[in-house]
Amino acid sequence: MTEKRIPELLVEPNKFCPGCGHGIINRVLAEVLEEMELADRAVGSLAVGCACLMMDTFGTDWIQAPHGRAAAVAVGVKRVRPECCVFTYQGDGDSMSIGFSETMYAAIRNENITAILVNNGIFGMTGGQMAPTSLPGQRTTTSPKGRDPELTGRPLNMINQMKQLSIGYLARGSVASAKDINKLKKYIRSAIETQMNGGYSMVEVLSPCPTNWKMNMESSLAHIENTVKSIFPVGEFVKNGERIDA
Amino acid sequence: MPRRLMKGNDALSEAAVRAGCRFFGGYPITPQSEILEYLSWRLPEAGGTFIQAESELSGINMVYGAAAAGFRAMTSSSGPGYSLLQEGISYIASAELPAVFIDVQRYGSGLGDIFQAQSDYWQATRGGGHGDYRTLVYAPASVQEGVDLIQVAFDKADQYRNPCQILSDASIAQMMEPVTLPEMHEHDPNADWAVRGKRGGDFKRVTSTMYYIEDFDAYIKNKYDVMAEQEQRWESVLVEDADLVLVAYGISSRICKEAVEIARAQGIRLGLLRPITLWPFPVKGFAEVNPDVKAYLSVELTSLPKMEDDVKLACEMKAPVEKFLGGANIPESTAIVERAVSILKEQR
Repeated sequence: MTEKRIPELLVEPNKFCPGCGHGIINRVLAEVLEEMELADRAVGSLAVGCACLMMDTFGTDWIQAPHGRAAAVAVGVKRVRPECCVFTYQGDGDSMSIGFSETMYAAIRNENITAILVNNGIFGMTGGQMAPTSLPGQRTTTSPKGRDPELTGRPLNMINQMKQLSIGYLARGSVASAKDINKLKKYIRSAIETQMNGGYSMVEVLSPCPTNWKMNMESSLAHIENTVKSIFPVGEFVKNGERIDA
Repeated sequence: MPRRLMKGNDALSEAAVRAGCRFFGGYPITPQSEILEYLSWRLPEAGGTFIQAESELSGINMVYGAAAAGFRAMTSSSGPGYSLLQEGISYIASAELPAVFIDVQRYGSGLGDIFQAQSDYWQATRGGGHGDYRTLVYAPASVQEGVDLIQVAFDKADQYRNPCQILSDASIAQMMEPVTLPEMHEHDPNADWAVRGKRGGDFKRVTSTMYYIEDFDAYIKNKYDVMAEQEQRWESVLVEDADLVLVAYGISSRICKEAVEIARAQGIRLGLLRPITLWPFPVKGFAEVNPDVKAYLSVELTSLPKMEDDVKLACEMKAPVEKFLGGANIPESTAIVERAVSILKEQR
């Protein structure tokens, strides 16, 4: 029987809604930082959205950026303190809507930072509005009849935006199953390793928002497995600076 | 130190490096682009970092990151780009971090034009961004004074843990003048509040300090009250016996200084009060003015009056406050004298 060990970085229980995927992603990130002995020189940059709840519960140094600007703030830290492990932790609204430019340009310059972008297809903190990643037909508080791609465009695939760039590492994982969580941990580890060896890394994580999806936990995970993954395929897309056409 | 002939923007950039600035993130816009061009080679040479950001929004947030990490950092912009900086300035002030911003003022709202103006006075002195904050605003009237004030700005930013601004303009930025540069200063980035990983200590959180300070309303009011009391700077020229005192900063103060000379040669008792800090406005300087002064004339290169309000508040309306505006048209010193004479006739 294996011992249950909670990473020391998780200094308090998380504050996310029941069934939210952020808690699992926090746990995985904390485990990776501790296993790589980087917890003591890790600096996180987050901005606005559910991710901010981490500032009280996840015990790394933090900077809270203006909405969307976390990547630019992270770049400022990493350039002056290259010995630090600098990461952003952002939702899809923050990183892909208002912060699309900052997120993309950190990648375009191949900055030595790691971006963790959590894709739950919705604005969680503000109460369930449509996100760039909302699926066609998805009902949100600003698309009450379902997202209409004719009016609002197709879901934004950030991996496709980035995979043609000269960057170090790019992957999309999920928290929909134990198997996926184990893979996610490998992706995050590879991303952090890439940063410390030089190069931009990004891991997008498909994550449930049962509260705003108005689903229970079980059906949320089934929704990721059966529907979300068909639009946002998981896997590694760039590794060691080389594109992998999976 | 030997004197060198330098362009305003270049001198300001070199002085920033010598003040220990080791990070710049910014975006090109006329008439401040020479600052980027200069720092693009000079900062790496001095062991610092220069990034041409994808926008002013990104540049100021890179500065936010570098400042949070304990390094002396700055950005610069002008006109439309200065508006884009305001979000970041509010955040940096709210997080109580030191940083320096340069606004090389240009003319007009919207796109406006690239020539000199003093139209960003309210944006600089009233906050510009959202919420409750102030920044120390220094207004150089010469290339040398810009060199001197940027050192002060970095030191005061550290002292108060608050952003400071240099309010320049296209004239001061583009003119060449002889300057004496200061020695190189190295800044220690390892302040106890600097984020660099917890390294065995407690983890640090850089965000609005209001979350962690009790009775924040009183705390923040006191912080800015102390700055307003202690940081006023001004130059006064012949104000003790003046019948009319011109009030002007930056490039327009140089025209006014010439107007004072012309007037005095004609026996007209003109004086000049030149604010060096725009926030805090040098209210104390008005105590030096002749108590029987007949009027003030606020001279600004702006289509709509801005500093005039501060002059009215500072002199408590004990004498009439008139305005002389410019911007697209730069006033002649003789025109200012004529206007002063006409005001004095009305006051007789």
